[in-house]
Amino acid sequence: MAGWTRHKGRAVFLGLDNIDTDQLIPARFMSTPRAQGYGQFLLHDLRNDADGAPDPDFPLNRRPDASVLVSGRNFGTGSSREAAVYALVDAGFRAVIAPSFGDIFAANAVNNGLLPAQVTDEAQAELAATLGTGTADISLDLETRTVAVGNLTVAFDLDESWRTKLVNGWDDIDLTNRHVDEISAFAANRAKSEPWAFPLTSE
Amino acid sequence: MAAPRTMLDKLWDAHEILRREDGVSLLWVDRHLVHEGSHHAFAKIAARGLKVVRPDLTFAVVDHYAPTLDRTKIADPKIARMIGTLRDNAQAHRLRLFDLQDQDQGIVHVIGPEQGLTLPGLSINCGDSHTSTHGAFGALAFGIGATEVAHVLATQTVWQRKPRTMRITVNGTLGPGVTAKDIALNWIAALGTGGAQGHAVEYAGSAVRALSMEGRMTLCNLSIEGGARLGMIAPDETTFDYLKGRAFAPGKGWEKAVTAWSALVSDEGASFDREVVFNATEIAPTVTWGTSPEQALPVTAAIPDPARLDPEKAKAADAALEYMGLQPGRPLDGTPVDQVFIGSCTNGRIEDLRAAAAVLAGHRAKVPGLVSPGSAQVKAQAEQEGLDVVFKNAGLTWASSGCSMCVGMNGDQVAAGKRCASSTNRNFRGRQGPGARTHLMSPAMVAAAALTGTITDVRRFLGERAA
Repeated sequence: MAGWTRHKGRAVFLGLDNIDTDQLIPARFMSTPRAQGYGQFLLHDLRNDADGAPDPDFPLNRRPDASVLVSGRNFGTGSSREAAVYALVDAGFRAVIAPSFGDIFAANAVNNGLLPAQVTDEAQAELAATLGTGTADISLDLETRTVAVGNLTVAFDLDESWRTKLVNGWDDIDLTNRHVDEISAFAANRAKSEPWAFPLTSE
Repeated sequence: MAAPRTMLDKLWDAHEILRREDGVSLLWVDRHLVHEGSHHAFAKIAARGLKVVRPDLTFAVVDHYAPTLDRTKIADPKIARMIGTLRDNAQAHRLRLFDLQDQDQGIVHVIGPEQGLTLPGLSINCGDSHTSTHGAFGALAFGIGATEVAHVLATQTVWQRKPRTMRITVNGTLGPGVTAKDIALNWIAALGTGGAQGHAVEYAGSAVRALSMEGRMTLCNLSIEGGARLGMIAPDETTFDYLKGRAFAPGKGWEKAVTAWSALVSDEGASFDREVVFNATEIAPTVTWGTSPEQALPVTAAIPDPARLDPEKAKAADAALEYMGLQPGRPLDGTPVDQVFIGSCTNGRIEDLRAAAAVLAGHRAKVPGLVSPGSAQVKAQAEQEGLDVVFKNAGLTWASSGCSMCVGMNGDQVAAGKRCASSTNRNFRGRQGPGARTHLMSPAMVAAAALTGTITDVRRFLGERAA
């Protein structure tokens, strides 16, 4: 995963709260291998009618070039399906800006280089007003934790460990393997002090 | 004297291998549960040439795509491939697999406890948000995404920042026909689906203590619908009684284990970041009317009028009512349903089937429905008790175990525009199938809806039935 510090792109506003992971990618698409690309599944049943024809008024259909999504509170609520993040990433998104996020979604986002930028309700409303039904140039800066659209600059919240990970594009398995001795020691100690925690040794 | 600690503190400390300067902990994982949906994670470790580092602590189960009606052949090649991929991965990494024909197969959050794989004091992860279920035993259990699943497969650890603590206390006694499901829908309606975001919820109070393990699992299961990645309940005699003699529960070390588990309570005077208190006597059978679990009301209430809600909620309510095809102001009770579903990791356990069967016994359902037990063991137990006959005589379909119509991945779906009274966990748009309309409620309430063909207050039937 490549790290990044700044992004310039186009932002679009999707004015819904509680966009859940079943909306981000309906379950029936999740047996698809990732190599086929998940972008086509993003918000599939909101963007398209029952026959699969695109709704021309849906913000993402009007603005297919967007790379930053501004949305309502509790974005990504629901299941742990990382496919919700794959759909956004494969559709070209680099960031979602919202007043709050589902906990598991946000962690999954960071693991795939997608920024979950948490802003205040006021800042979200200002961004939404600026964007309206159109798109606008937007720039994001992970160093200053700010997002700028035209003359409007707002700050976003981001866990420091997540910021570091996004900037460096770190992979956790590599990081963890530096601690392999501590892990082994911990496991050995646990097997001794809590033998009941190990199913095969407690028989 | 040491400062009083919460149950979360104790569980966290027991699993923390190290804490980085930025405050993120590396936690040891005692049990890792995988299912067909874990294919992305297996692909990730395969791409790096890695093996599952602790196959003895990793357990695989076919549930999300499990056929419930005919297991002899799987017509849909995509579903067959998903199950086949899990089999291949389980074999390649030498994992214990609970496969379709296994007498111990079932939904991952039902069979974990049933097998005694879930124990107090363990840390349990699974690539499924309802992993919070296992917290009912006093375990540190939370759902993770595919990248984290791959990480656990490769290292048997997970990086995690310690959540804030929240205690939900439910005092008093639940009324007849009111269940753990109603406690959960009630608090989620009060606090919102984001209400417990960033927190680990500990459930306490006399009403929680009085719950069976099945009820406690239902309550912890639904924590994620209120935004909490973790839900937990301190283990007690109810917990130990449930676990004793289970296949993977400790045998000769039992007494020592119980001693250790008994200490997993929040100390007197331990402080929580947030405390919320509910009165059990004020909780009624609760039903969702919208497309988010927070859009729930007592069955005695009217369908809300968006014009009377605060503007923040009005827009969502408007959209939800349109999707659900409901009229504001009409009573919820009496809303016609097309079908019912009883099952899922939320309410697919033996106690749930007993509660539904008690309402249905000797009667015909007015609408069709599917009953999918949470596990093959639950199914066998129900058949031993004759519950299957009650469901079949009522006209409902008695099926095999899997996630089934809760998520529709296996093809068990609600058709577009159809309304389903469902014992499941999510009423999201399209959750049970594109265009499906879902009303969440307890299994007994689902049974009442089946009897009348409408959303119905189950308490109406309790006088004449074994309550």
